Amino acid sequence: MQFTTTPYTEHQLIEPGGNATGTLPGWMQDQDLLLKFYRTMNLIRVFDKRAIALQRTGQMGTYASCLGQEAIGTAIGCALKTEDVFVPYYRDQAAQFLRGVPLYQLLQYWGGTEWGNHFTGTAREDFPNCVPIATQITHAAGIATAFKIRGQKRAALVTCGDGATSRGDFYEPLNLAGVWQLPMVLVVNNNQWAISVPRALQTGAPTIAQKAMAAGIEGFQVDGNDVCALYEAIRYSLDKAHAGKGATLIEAMSYRLCDHTTADDATRYRSHEEVNAAWLKEPVKRLQTFLHQRGLWDEQKEQQLITDCQQKVEQAVKDFQSQPQQPVDDLFDYLFDTTPPHLIVQRERTKQKAARLAGGNHHGH
Amino acid sequence: MGIKETLPNNGNHSTGSEPATHVVTLVEAVNLALARAMEQDENVVVLGEDVGTNGGVFRATAGLKERFGCKRVMDTPLAEALIAGISVGMAAQGLKPVAEIQFMGFAYATFEHIISHAARLRNRTRGRLHCPMVLRTPYGGGIHAPEHHCESTEALFAHIPGLRVVVPSSPTRAYGLLLAAIEDPDPVIFLEPSRIYRMVKQEIRDDGIALPLDTCFTLKAGTDITLISWGACVHETLQAARELDKQGISAEVIDVATLNPIDYATILASVEKTGRCVIIQEAVSHCSVGSEIAAMLAEKGLFFLKAPVGRVNGLDIPMPYFQRENLYMPDVHEIIATAIKTMEYA
Repeated sequence: MQFTTTPYTEHQLIEPGGNATGTLPGWMQDQDLLLKFYRTMNLIRVFDKRAIALQRTGQMGTYASCLGQEAIGTAIGCALKTEDVFVPYYRDQAAQFLRGVPLYQLLQYWGGTEWGNHFTGTAREDFPNCVPIATQITHAAGIATAFKIRGQKRAALVTCGDGATSRGDFYEPLNLAGVWQLPMVLVVNNNQWAISVPRALQTGAPTIAQKAMAAGIEGFQVDGNDVCALYEAIRYSLDKAHAGKGATLIEAMSYRLCDHTTADDATRYRSHEEVNAAWLKEPVKRLQTFLHQRGLWDEQKEQQLITDCQQKVEQAVKDFQSQPQQPVDDLFDYLFDTTPPHLIVQRERTKQKAARLAGGNHHGH
Repeated sequence: MGIKETLPNNGNHSTGSEPATHVVTLVEAVNLALARAMEQDENVVVLGEDVGTNGGVFRATAGLKERFGCKRVMDTPLAEALIAGISVGMAAQGLKPVAEIQFMGFAYATFEHIISHAARLRNRTRGRLHCPMVLRTPYGGGIHAPEHHCESTEALFAHIPGLRVVVPSSPTRAYGLLLAAIEDPDPVIFLEPSRIYRMVKQEIRDDGIALPLDTCFTLKAGTDITLISWGACVHETLQAARELDKQGISAEVIDVATLNPIDYATILASVEKTGRCVIIQEAVSHCSVGSEIAAMLAEKGLFFLKAPVGRVNGLDIPMPYFQRENLYMPDVHEIIATAIKTMEYA
């Protein structure tokens, strides 16, 4: 794959208006892949909106939206090989879905049950969402180390936000990836905001991508709203990792069009003008325009797709809501391989409490 | 249930040649166990600062890199959080990383990975992933070392659900318990009392047989009072027990060995028998493992206690620089005095 990058220039194939920036690479003749990008981004956007509605109506817990950042997860999910391991942060709904995690299970996670992390199939070795910022990068370096020790042709792909790049758990594994030439790809979703703190207050460096230079690995910026540019960059980086040629840092330039989470109100710290300007660069419309221009998309297909996405999401909501509550045993029986005596005592006591809270208050208290 | 102190040589071990016998110190026993585990299971890897070419600052990993190669014995960059965090990733992939933190005072940088990830991975994923890693670190005072090289902060780890905390107090138990820690499918914090790294030698059969975890070791039987300890303090406790014997007080000595989960059955059975108990620990007393054992005795052993539970602790101050270190360390005199005071209750 012909690919020239620097930490200071943004790799782009389709500009925000939907036009190609130059001669397009050969792989983009794969229409099915382009349509998969588009369908996935739309599905996740519909899902995201519905998830926020579930939270707002008290049917789900706090939720972190990925609005405006769907291209990153979509590109990751399409680029990863089955045998690779994905280590997400909490705005990777698209990638997790493409790894085979059903939508209802994503809702389970935000809906407050650990079973939302019990992935099967392709995602069975993938890590669950990581709440302590940046720590997943170190885990990915460990996974990549395991691949290297065993001589496996696999890669660990890990994501984080721009805020995460200020932590030691960004620098330490990045450094290790350089020293040990680890088969690892780190995609930074630079969505410009870490809750209320703008990117300019995270680092004095002009770019995050350039931090790769100090670690002795390759790093570059990609337009994070251009799913094609992202896919190309990630494929390039994964191929490199599989070939034993070391790690890559990708700074995906995007924008968090949503609040940080449903518990946040971004109007407190950023202007409507800034958000409105960012909407002009968002990824879904961009690819739609591009597909229209190429004669791959029309209004009828669009209507069909929206209906289809809504049906899938409603089914996911139904599946989420019809899951039985996890048994009390589950709270105790996954701490250790064998549940120790003191936990068995607490487990039995908690079963009585569960019965009491379920309404069977026969003790008169 | 607890086990009596015996060498682990009663298994039906019959694999051709007789396993070699070594007379070793505690740190040499650690080295033997690491080598044995690496030989038995190719998934066992060792990592940490200076563990490879240098063989560890205490020589615990000496010779391993030469024997098993640099892919399985990894000198890491100087970054403790990294060491713990990559161990989580490796363990999730089915390796069995045995990570060394050079001194316990530097282990605090590992907390986020140990507490928030290693201890929770199995629970968080409802058994899909788990974390069979061991974090070894020398701990404890009395070695005239610089600040942060003498910590006894085992309670910080023992407080965390999902973590096993194991402390050997002899070469035999270092060998058998480290093998058990490595075999265990869950994360184990393995704290090696550096003060007794080279204090005594024992004969060990390098037979690869693990000792049980979550089990107290009764080191000396007695009928009048139960002395409970772990780590280096076990040695002062045993000395005190022998002195008490001379004074006609028969002390039972229990080495707790696994600080989470604790084998309460053995402790309770002993205190039910003796009716009196002194807990001896080098750690500060506030919110310590000793506090927890005392609380358990108040909860479950009140009606067979003939006297309040006595405690001999370190002080609730940072370990003093080494000139005044001996003022901090629990000593035989304090253990005897506390035991006698406990005996004085009618």
